[in-house]
Amino acid sequence: MRTKSDRRKLFEALNGYLFISPWLIIFIIFSLISLGYAVYLSFTEYNLLRPPRWWGLEGYQRVLEDELFLAKALPNTFKYVLIVVPIQTFLSLVLAFAMDQNLRFQRFFRTIFYLPSVTSSVVISLIFIWIFAPQGIFNQITGLTVNWLDDPRTAFYVIMGMNIFTTSGTLMLIFLAGLQDIPLAVYEAAEIDGANGLQKFFYITVPMLRPVIFFVVTVGVIGCFQVFDQIYVMTAGGPLDSTTTITYLIYKWAFRDTRIQMGQASALAVILTLIILMVTLLQRRVIEGSGSGAER
Amino acid sequence: MAVTTTPSQAQVYERTVFFDRLRKYLFFAMLAFWAVLSVAPLYFTLVFSFKPVANIYTPPIWAPIPFTLDNYLTILGTFELFPRWVWNSVFISVIVTIFRVLFCAMAGYAFARIEFPLKSFWFNLLLISMMMPGVVTLIPSFLIIGPGLIRGGLELGEWRIPTGFGLIDSPWGVILPGVADAFGVFMMTQFYKSFPKELEEAAMMDGSGRWGTFFRIVLPISQTQLITLALLTFQGAWNNFMWPLLVLRSPEQFTLPIGLQWFRGEYYTLYSIILSGSIFNTLPILIIFFVFQQYFVRSIAATGSKEG
Repeated sequence: MRTKSDRRKLFEALNGYLFISPWLIIFIIFSLISLGYAVYLSFTEYNLLRPPRWWGLEGYQRVLEDELFLAKALPNTFKYVLIVVPIQTFLSLVLAFAMDQNLRFQRFFRTIFYLPSVTSSVVISLIFIWIFAPQGIFNQITGLTVNWLDDPRTAFYVIMGMNIFTTSGTLMLIFLAGLQDIPLAVYEAAEIDGANGLQKFFYITVPMLRPVIFFVVTVGVIGCFQVFDQIYVMTAGGPLDSTTTITYLIYKWAFRDTRIQMGQASALAVILTLIILMVTLLQRRVIEGSGSGAER
Repeated sequence: MAVTTTPSQAQVYERTVFFDRLRKYLFFAMLAFWAVLSVAPLYFTLVFSFKPVANIYTPPIWAPIPFTLDNYLTILGTFELFPRWVWNSVFISVIVTIFRVLFCAMAGYAFARIEFPLKSFWFNLLLISMMMPGVVTLIPSFLIIGPGLIRGGLELGEWRIPTGFGLIDSPWGVILPGVADAFGVFMMTQFYKSFPKELEEAAMMDGSGRWGTFFRIVLPISQTQLITLALLTFQGAWNNFMWPLLVLRSPEQFTLPIGLQWFRGEYYTLYSIILSGSIFNTLPILIIFFVFQQYFVRSIAATGSKEG
């Protein structure tokens, strides 16, 4: 009797592992081993030609003394996150709020807003290169003569604007789903108490949406810290390194430079991971602590 | 009393109606403006993809005048790499989608229904890995797909175990790390947890084992969820850039995004052709999007509710 149920248990366990095995194998190889090896590599000098050579914290020190990292990649990345994340979050929230008013053509708008998000990052970048060319459509419409992507003062802002433009549609849909979960009765109660539209937005919508806002900001922060495709395609970090970000620098050191430095690039990748982790935790504290005890 | 308050109440009412209407118009104007902005880049791309190469910056910007099909004919006829890129993209995206949906459903089902040792340990690791930025594993993953973590393999006595797959410049090098994904497993786990067990239990009573039940009962009833995951996966694989950029080296192996970007570097004066190529990359996903719109909306709502 007992052996029989033991065997059944064993059989179930075996089945469980068989069911998860495809995922588990990929996970162990490309996440666990990879992560461990990345940390190991970050303490070595490695150029693909000779085996990795242990050099302790030398790689980290070189990163922290690197001119391109300190003067360009680090401040650029933070600037990018600090500009793009708040704007795209606020913009998509306002758009979602407008969508939630049951105006006409709601379904039509929803479809249209999602268009920039289904387009691939490379295609949208190629299109923007052409639109923002010196003789491009943007200058034609506005009558300006700026060379947007070759000017270190403007190139990064074009990329930021483009990314806000492409992600806002998706984020709007996430917010819209969250908005539709807020019970109407709460708004009605506020109306009876004499709240106007703006008050309803800031005292009901925003607090009730806090978990969704946290999610959108987290996704935004993690994504923005790793911005790569658009920079690779549009400017390759230029002009004058004005669009070089940390992820682009990792790619440059590990794969693009004539002297490949995979160890140093790994050190930078570990540093970036720690930065993202800290910012996410900090932001969680800010968003969860900012409410005046409003219901969640 | 009542006589004196009535007019003022009516005034208040009129004013709220007025502001209500004003607000609605403002919101509507905002939505309309953003809609125009959202369509504009694709619209201009479409217009100029039907203009001659020499007219790439020439007005009118609103309509394809003069009209030509040359760019599309060049892409499909003269430039033989282009159809290859389309095929490579289709091949990689379809294989990744099929395997990922199956493997995520299997793992999700196990996490939701089957008892096995270390289950919560693995599930917690899965949750943590969803927060891990992809950049950190980029270099080791590249080494594993390519030359190996250790040159010449790992020595174990007489054995030499290779530590890399040697799949650089092969579509399988792009496919392999994509066949399973933490978010997909998480999504399927949540779905199966919320799903009643009765149907499966009845099937198990009738003597089908776990596998029979899974393929004959569980997969068919989770169809909607599977389509949602499939769409998300296909879109991601179709548009993927950074990983294929590292793995694929020769132009014959490129996917469409890599190819388009490479084409710009080689023939930057032929921007009209890049635009028609962009339409080729966008059109399939647009069609899929329009056909399966409600699934896309579901999938996004699903991503949002994962923390909520």
